[in-house]
Amino acid sequence: MTGNFRLPSGGRIDRNRPLGFTFNGRLYRGFAGDSLASALLANGVTLVGRSFKYHRPRGIFASGAEEPNALVQLETGAHTVPNAKATQVELYEGLVARSQNCWPTVEHDFGQVADLCAKILPAGFYYKTFMWPSSFWMKYEYFIRRAAGLGRAPESPDPDRYDKMHVHCDVLVAGGGPAGLAAALAASRSGARVILADEQGEFGGSLLGRRDVIDDLPGAEWAARMAAEIAENPEVRVLRRATVFGYYDHNFLGIVERKTDHLGPNGGQGMVRERLWKVRAKQVVLATGSIERPLVFADNDRPGVMLADAARSYANRFGTRPGSRAVVFTNNDGAYGAAIDLADAGIPIAAIVDLRADVQGPLPTKARERGIEVLAGHAIAATLGSKRVQAVEVMLLNPEGDKVHGTPRRIECDLVAVSGGWSPTVHLFSQSGGKLRYCDQRLCFVPERSKQVERSAGACNGSFGLADCLDEGYAAGAAAAVAVGFEAPPRAFSADQPGETAPRALWVVPGKAPVGHSKAKHFVDLANDVTAADVRLAAREGYRSVEHTKRYTTLGMGPDQGKTSNVAGLAILAESLGKPIPEVGTTTFRPPYTPVTYGALAGSDVGDLSDVDRTTPIHDWHVMAAAEFEPVGQWLRARHYPKAGEDMEAAVQRECKAVRQSLGIMDASTLGKIELRGPDAVKLLNMVYTNAWDNLAVGRSRYGLMLGEDGMVFDDGVTTRLGENHYYMTTTTGGAAQVFGWIEEWLQCEWLDWRVWATSVTEQWATIALAGPRARDLMHELCKDIDLSPAAFPHMAMRSGRVAGLPARVFRVSFSGELGFEVSVPSSSGLALWIACMMAGAKYGIAPYGTEALHVLRAEKGFIIVGQEADGTATPIDLGMDWIVGKKKPDFLGKRSLARSDMVRRDRKQLVGLLTKDPNIVLPEGAQIVDRILPKPPMKMVGHVTSSYWSGALGRSIALALVSGGHKRHGQTVQLPLEDRVVEAVIGSPVFYDPEGKRLHA
Amino acid sequence: MPEGYLRQSPLASLGLAARAATAADAAGVTMGERERVMLVNLRGDGVDRGFLDRVRQALEVDLPAEPNTAAEGTRHRVLWLGPNEWLVVAGEGEQLAAALDAALAGLHVSVTDISDARAVIALSGAQARDVLAKGCPLDLHPRSFGPMRCAQSRLAKVAVLIDQRDDAPSYDLYVLRSQARYLWRWLDDAAREYAVRIIRP
Amino acid sequence: MLLITCPFCGPRDESEFACGGEAHIVRPADPAALTDAQWADYLFMRKNVKGVHFERWMHSHGCRRWFNAARDTVTHQFLAFYKMGEQAPDIAPVSYTARPAPRTDPALPADPALHTDREGAR
Repeated sequence: MTGNFRLPSGGRIDRNRPLGFTFNGRLYRGFAGDSLASALLANGVTLVGRSFKYHRPRGIFASGAEEPNALVQLETGAHTVPNAKATQVELYEGLVARSQNCWPTVEHDFGQVADLCAKILPAGFYYKTFMWPSSFWMKYEYFIRRAAGLGRAPESPDPDRYDKMHVHCDVLVAGGGPAGLAAALAASRSGARVILADEQGEFGGSLLGRRDVIDDLPGAEWAARMAAEIAENPEVRVLRRATVFGYYDHNFLGIVERKTDHLGPNGGQGMVRERLWKVRAKQVVLATGSIERPLVFADNDRPGVMLADAARSYANRFGTRPGSRAVVFTNNDGAYGAAIDLADAGIPIAAIVDLRADVQGPLPTKARERGIEVLAGHAIAATLGSKRVQAVEVMLLNPEGDKVHGTPRRIECDLVAVSGGWSPTVHLFSQSGGKLRYCDQRLCFVPERSKQVERSAGACNGSFGLADCLDEGYAAGAAAAVAVGFEAPPRAFSADQPGETAPRALWVVPGKAPVGHSKAKHFVDLANDVTAADVRLAAREGYRSVEHTKRYTTLGMGPDQGKTSNVAGLAILAESLGKPIPEVGTTTFRPPYTPVTYGALAGSDVGDLSDVDRTTPIHDWHVMAAAEFEPVGQWLRARHYPKAGEDMEAAVQRECKAVRQSLGIMDASTLGKIELRGPDAVKLLNMVYTNAWDNLAVGRSRYGLMLGEDGMVFDDGVTTRLGENHYYMTTTTGGAAQVFGWIEEWLQCEWLDWRVWATSVTEQWATIALAGPRARDLMHELCKDIDLSPAAFPHMAMRSGRVAGLPARVFRVSFSGELGFEVSVPSSSGLALWIACMMAGAKYGIAPYGTEALHVLRAEKGFIIVGQEADGTATPIDLGMDWIVGKKKPDFLGKRSLARSDMVRRDRKQLVGLLTKDPNIVLPEGAQIVDRILPKPPMKMVGHVTSSYWSGALGRSIALALVSGGHKRHGQTVQLPLEDRVVEAVIGSPVFYDPEGKRLHA
Repeated sequence: MPEGYLRQSPLASLGLAARAATAADAAGVTMGERERVMLVNLRGDGVDRGFLDRVRQALEVDLPAEPNTAAEGTRHRVLWLGPNEWLVVAGEGEQLAAALDAALAGLHVSVTDISDARAVIALSGAQARDVLAKGCPLDLHPRSFGPMRCAQSRLAKVAVLIDQRDDAPSYDLYVLRSQARYLWRWLDDAAREYAVRIIRP
Repeated sequence: MLLITCPFCGPRDESEFACGGEAHIVRPADPAALTDAQWADYLFMRKNVKGVHFERWMHSHGCRRWFNAARDTVTHQFLAFYKMGEQAPDIAPVSYTARPAPRTDPALPADPALHTDREGAR
């Protein structure tokens, strides 16, 4: 059924700006100012989707964020958005949308057979049916996922830009309806820094859809004027299309602002699509309004059944007839206002069916005066029609509210405007930790006690009348301003509100047959197809907690998060358990209030901004040399430098050979560097390192191992004495921040009176390692003011001088086992030094080597790497480094732990070398070691391989391993069961190359 | 001090000097690298009068005692980093670290040259505050922050020292040298919507 | 996201800080004199308080100073911030009645609302 359902005049649409759009492949027209939902209704499109489980026809049910039915797949390709609520999509030229949960079409949906099989799809159906056989779950899931009613995520990268913005304010006002505008007015007039955010494109909230009058102005007009006044204030930030979605600790709130969605996928060229605002507010005013609840009655899901206030909003705000003839079904006075507005818009009201036997208030009186028939004490017992409601059957309701009786009266209608009362939108309040109270008079949860610095005002506080909203809003805004030292002027605007009589609590409206005993379904949750019978079944099956019931029935777990269904579901559970509602409690509200895109959460941290890549001063050279990089912490380090035609293995072997036979050069700038100054520096070194530091001479270096208090090695490095009370410590690349933090923590928290300053200088120095038998030859050429002879400048010494004309600190250290110098120059000169070395070293065949070659070279020497051999469970003793543990030192960090009973066990895993019997097999790192092979696992594991390489220098494979009791097992053979074979290896010393260290001291 | 041509600023490879605008194009944000700034990290006892006096004599400016503030002398700008830690900033040419070390000889202090350890990015313009707000949790509103204020915080994914220079507002951002390229990329991206002009500060 | 007041820099966002766990754990003067159990107590055993917890924080993206804080682990409310070396302030403990053991009577609610009982709250 399509046609023109646009009212001849009225509404906040711009009839001079027609917009074309496509829904399910058909072209339609709407106007600027329409939502997709209002434009569809104006074209007579009432069937928009199929329900989640039963594939029943569904129409537009609401007009805002609470919409449970009208979820569409918006746009196509990379721009596609699943589960877009048609009620929240602002219409733009060329919009393309599709129904989601239907195949082949929404009109002829194959999945509808599910409705015929409803008996086998009760609450907990999945849990009951698909758990056997358990290995089949994956197969079931494949089909369930496809049958379930959700949209498809885009499959190509997101072409849009997103970002984030931190913002601080005195007062944040969440919601731009009457209460929020009043609050923002008060706060902004006081001079405070204010943020006003509303999820819609236009301020006014409920005023946009109703015909209220404030200060003799139409409500929407008043809202526009006030919003303009507020926005003029330079200290106020006004955010439209901005949903306050999360309320976190200490008044930290998240807002997602949709900046371009209303312009269409290509409308916001270059602009940020969504911005995530991270707000720290001194004061918060919540003015989030309320959400109308439906009534739970038989077949209350047919297209044409709609919330009363939504129907009224479609008429008033969008100039659209949501139907041609309406029946209003209510338990409260508010729906009478909707009925009057619909009647005034030219939609005949066939009847108002009111569950209350006695209907008196001013609004009902007004409706009766208009000649609208009011059927008090009646209920809709059935709805008729399939893809659109065609009629309802109305029957008398007994005083207890559990039965209908009498002769059903059939009333023709294509719109059932339903109201079950209002639920304050307490989501943000509840997220903030505030405590809710159930109000028996208003039949809803209202804020009771705040936990954070926040005030709820207006409908979200349970004050539904317009005058009350303005009152509370302004008062809350003014109070918030006062609390942060500002003064708001008194309020000078007002509105009237009609008095209302109490609603009737009737959570399940009886149908012709008992609930759950006929084909009629009483839906509680339209989004997830949860019925009153499902909730009652859960209660009968023993569910007591609302949290468990929710998960078992999936009540409130759909994309709408139960905005229209939670209270009714809870009430039905309470009724079934025979308890009052407050005793059953309410479910927890968690962020986000409405879905937030991953794009907004990621912001600009994507692509080459997804992480920090720290680069050394020499980085550009490595790039030009076509180095392959590997991340070490956040650093990018050159892993190897492949020449044309080389793979990694070949490049690494060539680089190793250069170091062993001639000269290699490495960028070691990433090493952590810390300067220690003060009379207690040596005391500090004695505490953080295992060895003794008292007798280190100025100009000499020493290797140290650092332990945690648990006795485990966590870093190593060389420290040099630069002056009397001046030391220079180096750390591993990955451990730099940790070591600096470790030293600071001890100095600041434990040894407050020690006189030593620690300063990180990692980035001040570019460090180049020269290694190989020709290293001294090269140094001779570049450095004239240091005596480089072995006697004058021995291994583990440091000299200052000029290298290649640059002021340098030169260290004789080696991690490769060859003669080595490490030259540090100020970072700005690092590249110059590197180039000088490359040029002067050419005659020696100097080769840059990367981290991979370094690992091979050090493994040949049996040097550990923190993170591989020292994996956080190894003590110095385990690593065979007893020589570095100062036994005579009274104390150092971790010392006491080395004497714990567990640390002296003989079967601890200890570092050993491992040589495969077949020298050509390079073991995989991480391979498990066993003594005895069994036909299949489990086998007793006695250790694992920590490092494993092909050693060019030795012409065979080598490995390091941690093996239980390994130090006493040299010469023994162990087995390594790999995926495809078992390898035999022999335990031995971890030092494979130059065990006497002659080359090092050359 | 090595010859100038042997030295590379942290952002040298970006060729910012060549990209610097010559005309004063309309731009919400200007950005550039402040090169060849001398930086000294100074540690000392902030309540020791003797230490404070000796520093005043050497630098001709009082060390700022108020957290997160700057002090401006004739030759130096000093930024508070902690209750016993300051950053002394000077122009090129001075042997700042050596001179200060000598001037404070005998005291329990630490004078460390970190001129090469940081990049300094100058960010200015009407929208500069918004650019920073995209990645920094500090409240930089004029009611909370202004000239002669400095603060260490986070910007995007790195630690940063922010020094506000004037009401434009103009900021000097101090960042670890190795992270400068990342931060530049990030700033460039964040400022894109405001129109960026590269300058030589 | 907590708002944490550095004793030097003032209120700053939680993302600038690192939490160092329980405060006021003093390293034994002579570890060698301790039994394994005593050492393990120092090394491993930490309070897991429901209520006021004294813990140390570092303003790692700020002035890099360590300081102490008293935080209610239930509400995340900070009750005090103070510098290293300063005495812990005298803060009356907040007693939260322990969560009752699971009830055997299925008719009773299994998930009782959190009940707080502040004794001498600020």
